[in-house]
Amino acid sequence: MIRYIRRAAAFCLLLLVALLANAARIQLFEADELNSNSANRRTTIDRYDQPRGNILVGDEPVTGSKNTGEQLAYERTYRHGPLYAPVTGYASQTYGTTLLENAEDDILSGTASILAPLPLWGDITRSRQPGGDVVTTIKDSMQRAAYEGLDGRRGAVAALDPATGRILALVSSPSYDPELLSGTGSSVTDAWARLNRSASQPMLNRAIRQTYPPGSAFKIVTAAAALDDRVVTDPDAATDTPSPYVLPGTSTTLPNEARGCAKASLAEAIRVSCNTVMAHLGVEVGLDGMLEAAGRFGFNDNDLKIPSRVARSNFDSDMSDDQLALSSIGQFDTTATPLQMAMVASAVANGGELRRPHLVDRTTDADGATVRQQGSDSYRQAMNPATAMQLQRMMVDVVESGTGTNAAIDGVTVGGKTGTAQHGIDNSGTPYAWFISWAQAPDSGRPAVAVAVVVEDASANRADISGGGNAAPIARAVMEAALQDGD
Amino acid sequence: MTATTADARPPELRLPKRRGVELSLLIGAVLISVYGYAAVGLARNNAVPPDVAGYGAGLGLLALLAHLAVRFRAPYADPLLLPIAVLLNGLGLVLIYRLDLETPRDQAATTQLVWSTLGVAFFIAVVVLLRDHRVLQRYAYLSVAAALVLMIVPIFFPAVNGAKIWIRVGGLSFQPGEFAKILLAVFFAAYLAANHNALAYTGRKIWKLQFPTGRVLGPIVAIWLISVGVLVLERDLGTSLLFFGLFVILLYVATGRTGWIAVGLLLAAAGAFVVGSFEPHVHSRVEDWLDPFATINAGQGPSQLAQSLFAFAAGGMLGTGLGLGHSILIGFAAKSDFILATAGEELGLAGLTAIFLLYALLVARGYRAGLALRDLFGRLLAIGLASIMALQVFVIAGGVMGLIPLTGMAMPFLAQGGSSVVTNWIIIALLIRLSDVSRTPDPGRAGTGVAAQVTEEDER
Repeated sequence: MIRYIRRAAAFCLLLLVALLANAARIQLFEADELNSNSANRRTTIDRYDQPRGNILVGDEPVTGSKNTGEQLAYERTYRHGPLYAPVTGYASQTYGTTLLENAEDDILSGTASILAPLPLWGDITRSRQPGGDVVTTIKDSMQRAAYEGLDGRRGAVAALDPATGRILALVSSPSYDPELLSGTGSSVTDAWARLNRSASQPMLNRAIRQTYPPGSAFKIVTAAAALDDRVVTDPDAATDTPSPYVLPGTSTTLPNEARGCAKASLAEAIRVSCNTVMAHLGVEVGLDGMLEAAGRFGFNDNDLKIPSRVARSNFDSDMSDDQLALSSIGQFDTTATPLQMAMVASAVANGGELRRPHLVDRTTDADGATVRQQGSDSYRQAMNPATAMQLQRMMVDVVESGTGTNAAIDGVTVGGKTGTAQHGIDNSGTPYAWFISWAQAPDSGRPAVAVAVVVEDASANRADISGGGNAAPIARAVMEAALQDGD
Repeated sequence: MTATTADARPPELRLPKRRGVELSLLIGAVLISVYGYAAVGLARNNAVPPDVAGYGAGLGLLALLAHLAVRFRAPYADPLLLPIAVLLNGLGLVLIYRLDLETPRDQAATTQLVWSTLGVAFFIAVVVLLRDHRVLQRYAYLSVAAALVLMIVPIFFPAVNGAKIWIRVGGLSFQPGEFAKILLAVFFAAYLAANHNALAYTGRKIWKLQFPTGRVLGPIVAIWLISVGVLVLERDLGTSLLFFGLFVILLYVATGRTGWIAVGLLLAAAGAFVVGSFEPHVHSRVEDWLDPFATINAGQGPSQLAQSLFAFAAGGMLGTGLGLGHSILIGFAAKSDFILATAGEELGLAGLTAIFLLYALLVARGYRAGLALRDLFGRLLAIGLASIMALQVFVIAGGVMGLIPLTGMAMPFLAQGGSSVVTNWIIIALLIRLSDVSRTPDPGRAGTGVAAQVTEEDER
């Protein structure tokens, strides 16, 4: 009997060993897999278990965190939600994150290994540091000037520092308060549904995620291509473009809104915005030349990040000459984000060199010590410096005596270009009003700011829509804000 | 072991009583529980809970009373049994209190404390009143009748969460099936002790396996089939599995006939297959065990078993620390069937291993008492009770860790469940008595009555 009891005891021991082995299997060997299972809410709970780091504009946080005491405890708050929504995005328990909240999430949520005092040890213990902060390049006064200038009309503003690529303003209108999406529950899902249903698309970041036909504002790119390719050697010499211009290979005629465009020089064509001259120059440069020039400004770049992804601005790579003619004046399939058009102005202002646009100046840990400093680097050489000098003069003419007089600022050198883009079937849609410009203080050796403004105001009547009328005053207000502190 | 008869034991072989060891271990057990209680408060509110002294005093008082009962009524009892039970019960209270923090509208710790007190009261009563375990032999048939009644009664009560194992009287509900465990163990031990020769040495041989006669085997198989059948009807699969295992182990120990084990396993496999095919409740459990993440892939969110596995995984080697895990995500039954997941998440593999080893020690001590006892009934009873403990732990721990299909069962002492706590305290009390008898030097106590004695033949 002793024998059998010992065997029964051995059986019990076997059960114990099975349990221990199984516990080790789950808790050690399969733990990572189980921890990262999408249905395992622990990662999410831990994530919201501490205040989220903040996004700063200047020295001021524009975000916050409040403890709601619920399972996903800390919810995101926003100081000036609608104003900064295109910069911050939202950080929602229910819908995840977008824009900076998304791009810098590992810093803000404290999971970035760079925040851990001992990075390797942090990986082992799966520890979470207090959330770090993200300091943006935005200038509050400019952001406000742009937002108030748009005044709820549909449109967007992007402003850059041409010399560094720092994004100084990024506004999309109409906007929304991201705080509506913080947390969980029916109030959040209702807000989400309402915002997504809204015809004015308040959650669309028009500054970097929406592309518009740039219209005449694109003529700057065409002019740069013509000058760089030596199609035009003297901007003030008459060209041989008739008005109206018959699109090559078709019987369609292209008219001008402006007067005096027949055989107008390049400079004149930019000043009063002649469609005929610029379309013809685009055809003369040719598809390859135009495509290359547009590419140097950032068109057709799928991978532009600021750090959030920027929608691709398009210049078609396969066109007939008549389509090329229309594309060269910012029509047909040519589209651009407001940020892209700010980059165009910025390249001209900065002597042809386009700096890489970026929105984050630096990230810090919770104590404010910098963990990553975003340097300024070159993106592309958009045109020859000589070409840039010529274009600067032409753009200044536009503001002094052309279509952009509404953007003039006393005692400041301002260069600009208007645009009125047709769109829709047979151009039946309300045209978009564009204005791109840059400004340089008289005592300064370099331009202070480059701006692009687009206004898509469906309620205005057609005659009132013009870059000079609707968009230029907003650009002026933003440039004035940029020049005020003179940094 | 050498074959000696109990009354020839020389006085210098007297075993020490070891009551002092028990007392110091008890103090340790209470301190560990109090430390756990304080740790929960510190983790959650950065402050020791205000009633930590009350908790410590209460648990300490219970432990002390139990200790005094053992000291005066079972002086030679194994010193490990009581401290382990107190530690597990104290730890269970801490875990339930910790889970109560997540469910403000559903507090269970106080109720559990009342049941634990009742359990210790039963423990003391058994230790004090039951001077000789062999008295229980006389009540073998009474206890089996009582067990059957207890098991059948819940059929007439409404089901709770799909299982008809509850009796509700007023505000209190308890599971009579829990008490039936002890009664059946007593019956099996008594019956097998009385008929062990007939079972072992009569009957016919079929192929290489020897089967006893139906006359001897009939009653016990009938009882066993009835119990298992009733439990399957009530959907209390855990307990039916437990009874099956208990029956097979005791039969094997009593007869040494491997034929039984083979037949038993075949029967069980066939039964499980039939039940699994026809009973959707069981079928889904098996499906869940085969693929705990099926519901996730189907987009219905994680099943309870998946949540339980997540909890264990989150614990890792050292655990998150008491009060810092999220095992409440398991939801329903987190405090009862799935309490081990909380232990796994917050105490880690280290803590879980410690808990398993505590149970293993209980089982080992039970077996040890069985080996040392001189009467067959006591021997089988000790082994039966220890096996109940082992099987309970394996069935529920294996279930919540995905080792075997999940069947409802309370983790002894840890899980929320009054009937279970009381039952396990009674089991500990019986083991205390059995180990006391096994170690006692008093020749008069070892018994040389008509009851079946361990013979020379059995000593191999």
